[in-house]
Amino acid sequence: MTTVPLIEARDLTIRFGKVKALDDLDLTAPAGKVLAILGPNGAGKTTFVRAVSTLLRPTGGTLQVLGKDVSREPVAVRRDIGLAGQSAAVEPTMTGRENLEMTARLFGHPRDGARRAASIVIERLSLGDVADRRCSTYSGGQRRRLDLGASLVGAPRLLLLDEPTTGLDPISRREVWDSVRDLVAAGTDVLLTTHYLDEANELADHVIVIDHGHTVAAGTLSDLKASSGRDVIEVAVNDPSQLEAVGHILERVTSNPPRLDHNGRRASAPTAGGAKDLAIVIRTLDDTSVMVDEIGVRRPTLDEVFLTLTNAYVQNGSSR
Amino acid sequence: MIQTVTRPIAPATAMSATLVVARRALLKFVRTPALVGMGIVQSALFLFSFRYVFGGAIHAGASTYVAYLVPGYVATIVLFTGGGIAVAVADDRVEGFTDRLLSLPIPRYSIVMGRALADFATNAWAIVATAAFGFLFGFRLGGSIPDGLAALGLCLVFGLVFTVVFIVIGLLAPNAQAAQGMSMIAFVLAFMSSTYVPAGTMPGWLQPFAKYQPVTPMVDAVRAVLLGSTSDVGLALAWSALLLIVFTPFAVLLYRRS
Repeated sequence: MTTVPLIEARDLTIRFGKVKALDDLDLTAPAGKVLAILGPNGAGKTTFVRAVSTLLRPTGGTLQVLGKDVSREPVAVRRDIGLAGQSAAVEPTMTGRENLEMTARLFGHPRDGARRAASIVIERLSLGDVADRRCSTYSGGQRRRLDLGASLVGAPRLLLLDEPTTGLDPISRREVWDSVRDLVAAGTDVLLTTHYLDEANELADHVIVIDHGHTVAAGTLSDLKASSGRDVIEVAVNDPSQLEAVGHILERVTSNPPRLDHNGRRASAPTAGGAKDLAIVIRTLDDTSVMVDEIGVRRPTLDEVFLTLTNAYVQNGSSR
Repeated sequence: MIQTVTRPIAPATAMSATLVVARRALLKFVRTPALVGMGIVQSALFLFSFRYVFGGAIHAGASTYVAYLVPGYVATIVLFTGGGIAVAVADDRVEGFTDRLLSLPIPRYSIVMGRALADFATNAWAIVATAAFGFLFGFRLGGSIPDGLAALGLCLVFGLVFTVVFIVIGLLAPNAQAAQGMSMIAFVLAFMSSTYVPAGTMPGWLQPFAKYQPVTPMVDAVRAVLLGSTSDVGLALAWSALLLIVFTPFAVLLYRRS
């Protein structure tokens, strides 16, 4: 097994005029994992992917992809990567097969090798039914999968997916996810950016949260949940009018502001005390007339972790 | 059993990358009927207008206006149809196709070469079709057939030169609409030259520009070659070489940072 990290950024800075899209970004991504770069819009995700795919040169710092420096050996990096950007870059007047063969030739396959690579990718992505139709007739999901395929015909070591499912309907999203999972099972390393937490949850084993061009947190999903996420006490009630009362109890016990979800009839609050706090909440609720449907301590959702991390960064940033 | 794609042994050569890029641009052109047809219809309608609408009021020295107009019109037709090149280049960037190419292990200049090669072919189509309309509207060769072919060759060379200029315009434009708008500058270059009327009939302050900008010697060279002379050919080819030497590396540079 190789010990070279998939991606290693040190003080990576990319400036557009006065704006710093990436600001002294540090991150190390282990090889052999699916890495998700998570962050709100404008956090620098796309800039980072463009830097990794050698489309943007770092203004400062270093960036290595599979041990190769993007500024010094961009050509070597390009041989190792396959990029599927935000917009599906397929040629609509050509068929799916023609598109794949074209990209395969540009990766360096000879004519017959390109044909073979295209056929394999078509089969693997289940595009056989539409492969010989012009791409202008494809659905959004089919185009996106073909675009994914185009980045695969060169058998890259690292597949870069920039928001691979943005703008797709739920069924198409599932299709793209399934394709990505198949690729991972076949041994391709994947870096994807997303602002969908469920997407990171579905696909990634290693997550890096960036915001305002900085790394805010990094680790496995459960690491992240454990580190920034305190456990959450959640109470589901029968009568939504009693949510306020439950919220007050949660706040008194945990000393944290509760979150009230009127539609779901749920109140929740983070807790440092875990089971002990839960016991107090249960006892307190017992003395009231609140009809409890469900109660428990749970791990925070990725959404809660994400909001905590990015908010914490905003607050720290503005107080400096 | 799932087969796996093997890694290519070596990266694509510049030649094969150029041909693959060119093939895709050509296929896109050929398979978009509006692109193939509209440019030709437009150029025929303009030629018709100049020949039959304005032509009667324009006196171009000793020759008839149709004999004066058609060589200039064919030589500069790319200045009108070339907007399509700029639009296609801008579209490729906006739609992510350029990013895809730039992320592949191919030389940057093969992207420009492939683009230029494909557009050279589409230009040739526009030039030949426009020349055919010229004959239909009453133009006749004043010299021999080899002279006529030499003039056509010159038109193709100028077409290539302007292709590279339009690629640069497409790369400088933020989107396709802007590329279309910026391409209008080329119209002005054609109008302020000896293409439609002799530069000597323009006001004195405009004449230096009209005489010394590159389009005038190009157009004059085509007219001369048609009559078996070589006057202005050297100057026109020198301009062509200069424009290619300046704009080709500029295009490669712009691709690199787009």
